Amino acid sequence: MTAGGSGEIGGHSVGRVDALAKVTGRAGYAVDHRLPGCLHARVVRSQRAHARLTGISRDAALAVPGCVAVITAEDLLAAAAGRRGTGPLFLRFGHVVPDHWILAHDKVRYYGEPVAVVVAETPYAAYDAAELVDIDYQDLPPLMTPADALAADAPALHPDRYSGESIMPGTASGEEKGTWQPNVAYQADLAWGDAEAALASAPVVVETSGHFPMLFAYPMEPYNAVASFRDGILEVTSSAQHPFQVERDLARVFGLPLSQVRVQVPYIGGGYGAKSYTKIEPLTALAAWYTRRPVKLVLDVEESIYTTRADSADVTVRSGFERDGTLIARQIDVVLDTGAYLDNSAQVLEKSVNRCFGPYRIPHLQVTARAVYTSTSPASSYRGFGAAHCSFASETNMDLAAGQLGIDPIELRRRNLVARGQQLLPGRRAMDTDLADDLAVLREAITGYRPSGGRVLRATGVSCTVADAGALPSSTAQVRILSDGSVVLHTGATEMGQGSHTVLSQIVAEELGVPLAAVRVAPQDTLTSPFERTTGASRTTTVVGSAVQRACRDALEKISRMAAEIDGPGPRDGRPAAAPDIRGRADFAKVIRAWFGPGGGEVAGVGVVRRAGNFAQLPPFWEVGMVGVQVAIDPDTGQLDVEHLVTIGDVGKALNPAGVEGQDLGAATQGLGGALWEELIYDGQQIANANIIEYRVPRISDMPGRIDTILIERGDGPGPYGSKGVGEGARGPMGGAVASAVAAATGVWPDRLPLTPERIWRLCQAGKATTATGEPGDGERPRGVAEEAGK
Amino acid sequence: MAESLVLRTTVNGTAVARAVAARTLLADFLRDDLGLTGTKVSCDAQVCGACTVLVDGLPVSACSILAADADGRGVTTIEGLADDDELSPVQRAFTECSAMQCGYCTPGFILATEALLADVPDPADAEIRHALDGNLCRCTGYRPIMEAVRLAARLRQEARQAEAPGDATPPGQRPEHNEVTR
Repeated sequence: MTAGGSGEIGGHSVGRVDALAKVTGRAGYAVDHRLPGCLHARVVRSQRAHARLTGISRDAALAVPGCVAVITAEDLLAAAAGRRGTGPLFLRFGHVVPDHWILAHDKVRYYGEPVAVVVAETPYAAYDAAELVDIDYQDLPPLMTPADALAADAPALHPDRYSGESIMPGTASGEEKGTWQPNVAYQADLAWGDAEAALASAPVVVETSGHFPMLFAYPMEPYNAVASFRDGILEVTSSAQHPFQVERDLARVFGLPLSQVRVQVPYIGGGYGAKSYTKIEPLTALAAWYTRRPVKLVLDVEESIYTTRADSADVTVRSGFERDGTLIARQIDVVLDTGAYLDNSAQVLEKSVNRCFGPYRIPHLQVTARAVYTSTSPASSYRGFGAAHCSFASETNMDLAAGQLGIDPIELRRRNLVARGQQLLPGRRAMDTDLADDLAVLREAITGYRPSGGRVLRATGVSCTVADAGALPSSTAQVRILSDGSVVLHTGATEMGQGSHTVLSQIVAEELGVPLAAVRVAPQDTLTSPFERTTGASRTTTVVGSAVQRACRDALEKISRMAAEIDGPGPRDGRPAAAPDIRGRADFAKVIRAWFGPGGGEVAGVGVVRRAGNFAQLPPFWEVGMVGVQVAIDPDTGQLDVEHLVTIGDVGKALNPAGVEGQDLGAATQGLGGALWEELIYDGQQIANANIIEYRVPRISDMPGRIDTILIERGDGPGPYGSKGVGEGARGPMGGAVASAVAAATGVWPDRLPLTPERIWRLCQAGKATTATGEPGDGERPRGVAEEAGK
Repeated sequence: MAESLVLRTTVNGTAVARAVAARTLLADFLRDDLGLTGTKVSCDAQVCGACTVLVDGLPVSACSILAADADGRGVTTIEGLADDDELSPVQRAFTECSAMQCGYCTPGFILATEALLADVPDPADAEIRHALDGNLCRCTGYRPIMEAVRLAARLRQEARQAEAPGDATPPGQRPEHNEVTR
């Protein structure tokens, strides 16, 4: 804690600053936002996975009382041509590759793709009218899997390569890399040494492959937006995580300066990456522009599932080891099913490459990765991507190797972990933490609790990942010290539940010496908030927190200078006296009153973080993911109970310990969902379970029997007070940990997630794993964590 | 069925009479007609519990019943729990435990908890899990919610004892199930 601070940092956990609003129902979300005279939109969606659009019948829809318009891409282009003051519309979006048609143009590329938008006076009228719009199709061959899409004779889903249209600097499509292939949306690779040769001569080679399922992050607030377009000014309120990224896409659609586009984001009802970047804002904005009335669009959960899912992944891992367990080489191939449009899957792929091989020293590495277009719903970010997609295959590979080498799986990992200061990725920030010490804490915790009894198979599994987190460090924050000494913080970092408003308020209170109750965070609004690149990648406390800290120090410096001016020049040399130490509300109010006089005033401080100083090197920090689980399996039913969950939060400094533990447990719980139950299943051209009944997410009765959320604080993060980010880490390794435990319990290594009761029952059958003697877990089992962890 | 009807109901203690389309869902009536946006809609299928309100004291998914079904009944929404600025014990417990992250599920959890504690004032953990299994939270992993419900039960007992000190019989402490530790 800094001297003279308000005591709002660390040690104890202050309550959430948004708790009162959230328990009273007064917290405002985008979905609660209404505008006077607002029309309501409903999307007409494709009922084909791949087809040419040949016609649309809209008369019946337009005859519905209250129906105002049925709008297609062609209608928008025609209207733009005939409207004064409007340039050509840009009807696509996508921050890496702008391949995403706002409304399908000429053809549809997935079942559920928006083809038209119906606008009506009430939501019910819009719903009725949308049902009556009839679309004519000429079927094209759907490419439902990456294998279909990569077949030699597959048609290109995107014949247009959209080259040169990327608005995200520093990214390159395959074409720009000179290796463009049809239906390969993006490719990435990473190599050093000679993995092929090293594997050929390695004493022990272990190969695994694993399928990571299509997932839906299920933020409970559905995608929604409300837009108005008046006098050349576009205003949108939405549930977007990154309002400034949406602003940029919207500006391009209409050819507007950024200053004429305003995106407001109130509280977000869950994001988890699924609300990163642009979703339905352009469609809503175009409907408002077309009808010259405010328009509100709220998707239902089925539409939300079709709007953005997480990529599925097929990952193959070959690892070569010395007999003492030293890793010699890893060769990894990743194929993502990224669906019809790229969205942020370019980053998902880049991060898969960086995060697939684990936190290990590997002399020879070769990673190849492709994100593949298919005729399925578009995939994008989901909390901790890359690590989550690959840990299942790559961490079970470590466990399988441990069995073959006769080495305890935790010990095998320990021997290969990169040490502090060693390079994990060439040219990137060296490892900034003590992974072996973290692992020792995990080992002690997971082996320290031994439930018993019941006719069940028991085993433990652990898994480790590290993620190059923090994204690009670019952040600006502003603090305004008001005339009474209370403080308003302006930041573009959105509050989606992760607690950013609370922890950033704590930093302000600490830096300025004011009580937490005197600090308020202004709403996120591109018109008034300073630029924030994104709210994701576990970056807010570290990167935004640093900008806030600098803004506070800037304000303090200014107000201290003002105090010095009031005191007058120094007695001898005529220079102003040294600035006095000004802190706290009373001091601030006094100085502002004296300096401005009766007119009153305020003092604003600005803080900027960019790629310089302690953020010069990427990534801003390494986010550790270390988890352990103990499971109990009923071999007769395949029912799995998680009896013990351990998460390791290597957080540098926990500014709000309860908040950090909440992030770790939340991420781990989502990881358990994807490991045990969650999977979007395509049946033919459409998703068979695009609902929350059959897409089963963790419930309160699924809570692990015992939960240890352990925080490790070494004060070694680049953020305020030695902090570093959390929030995603614990989701990444969960698939690997659960699969290892299931393999140890059943005797068979699973090759796909989720491990539903049926799949576990089949593994039990295949492994002849029973508890017939009444002794838990005495079936034929691989050498796994279960046998070794206790040694 | 009639296209529209006059709905007479009591919402948060106030009598309401409104002409509504017969098909109007209770959630839409509360949110759009009455502006009570604390009731949240998510799954549209009665599995997530975000839209939970109390109808004559019983928890109901407002997304899946008609407003007309509330005719002649009393509806309690999240806006009806606090007495002016005095939070209900359940709201206080959720606040003290910071038992939310994004908060979208919170009104539904609080109302489901109100219904549980009205029925079972001192629930065991298994009863809490059973009562709240129809409420999904995607953020927290549920641990702080369990803690909040336990605290809410204690706060309600204390409030009752403060009101009627004469017959204060502290409920027997039920054995803690070995399920949630920090």
